Amino acid sequence: MGAQVVTITSGKGGVGKTTAVANLAVALAADGAKVVCIDGDIGLRNLDVVMGLENRIVYDLVDVIEGRCRLRQAMIRDKRMPELFLIPAAQTRDKSAVSPSDMVRLCNELRGEVDWVLIDSPAGIERGFKNSIAAADRVLVITNPEVSAVRDADRVIGILEAEEKGTPALILNRLNPSMVRQHDMLSADDVLDLLAIKLIGVVPEDESVIVGTNRGNPVALDPKSRAGQAFRNIARRMKGEEVPFLDLDAGGGLWARISKLGRK
Amino acid sequence: MSDPNPLIQIKGLRDGLLVSMGNAAWDDLRVALMEQIEARQSFFQGARVALDVGSQIFHVNELSALRDTLSERGINLWAVVSESPTTEKTAQLLGLATRISKPRPQEMVRLPAEEIGEKTALWVGRTLRSGTRIEFPGQVVVLGDVNPGAEVIADGSILIWGRVRGVAHAGANGDQAAVVCGLDLSAAQIRIAGAAAVPSERSGEVRPEKISLKDGVLQVEPWQANQS
Repeated sequence: MGAQVVTITSGKGGVGKTTAVANLAVALAADGAKVVCIDGDIGLRNLDVVMGLENRIVYDLVDVIEGRCRLRQAMIRDKRMPELFLIPAAQTRDKSAVSPSDMVRLCNELRGEVDWVLIDSPAGIERGFKNSIAAADRVLVITNPEVSAVRDADRVIGILEAEEKGTPALILNRLNPSMVRQHDMLSADDVLDLLAIKLIGVVPEDESVIVGTNRGNPVALDPKSRAGQAFRNIARRMKGEEVPFLDLDAGGGLWARISKLGRK
Repeated sequence: MSDPNPLIQIKGLRDGLLVSMGNAAWDDLRVALMEQIEARQSFFQGARVALDVGSQIFHVNELSALRDTLSERGINLWAVVSESPTTEKTAQLLGLATRISKPRPQEMVRLPAEEIGEKTALWVGRTLRSGTRIEFPGQVVVLGDVNPGAEVIADGSILIWGRVRGVAHAGANGDQAAVVCGLDLSAAQIRIAGAAAVPSERSGEVRPEKISLKDGVLQVEPWQANQS
């Protein structure tokens, strides 16, 4: 059985690629799968920070590719989950240190060993992005309900289609249900209307994500976090389970319904 | 520039140089390559080079020596293209690419002018996403949306069976009789010949519209079944 290689990308920066990779990885690993995350953002690594593993880095992706260490040596075991690993990006090199064919080879080597390979793509549509999607079986495009982010997502989807990577699925991140209700923010329907691809999850705006990111504790581990629940649902959908969506018409599901009750 | 060398051909790629080696002994080729590089130092300085070595067989030490030699001269060898599986493997071992992605052909269709008349239209059966640009020296029909950041540029008229939020430029060659029709043009930037209209906040329901040029001004009218 081979691993599925999933790349998370967005075009625009700062919409939550790294956070999503960390959360989906812990959610998948918490379910017993063996998961490797690869930080594809060479020169600007930060997946290690979000996962709370920065002080354990000895070897990185470029070391593996240039043959300075074995693949195993660059796989940092997560401090919480024994079946979760991170291959960090090199901080002192740039994107040209890795080629798309390097990524394909690396992922092929991983396929026999794990269940999931999650690749955190850098922002943009240049070399780092091309590296990150080269090996992907499946791509998830993440965006915020902001016009600029949606525009970039549209561009990225167009490139993925042109590269024959298939139509990606969409994660809509940081949706604020009350702003949507007041028509101050694009709704999930507005975004889907433009992008016209399959939605795999909506993650509500949630302060606990920021706290978790800063502390290196992905919120998918927090049973009380709404965003964590959303990421856990996405992980289950990635495995092919049918998980009902949060009630979007009500503007964001349970939480919105509770706040509605409060206002009555 | 020095004389063209029959053993070596140098071609510019989108993101670097492609050096193709002729059929000769590797020692001769290497000498010829280094001569070229020495003769045109400033040209090669800092270049990204892909090497097409034909059927030459390389082993790790030769290829890594070459990469080092090149990098001493400020040349970044990033790919080795070869017909030989051994060489490909060697290149991969060294972390070099073995395929050069060919520049994607732009979405442009060039037909001889005489074949494009009133009867010819380009059929685009999908949504155009941001960054896509369709240029055609005739009429264009789009079945799908034109998203923000996408452009349709036609010498003739444009008919879009979908929502237009990008740019549609009809009569790009100056044809004032060209029109733009769309199911929803309310957020589009429409140009016909030399005239342009940016989206105005139109109230009311979205309806199919036809935009044409009258006396140098773009005119919007409903696009209805009873029209000719």
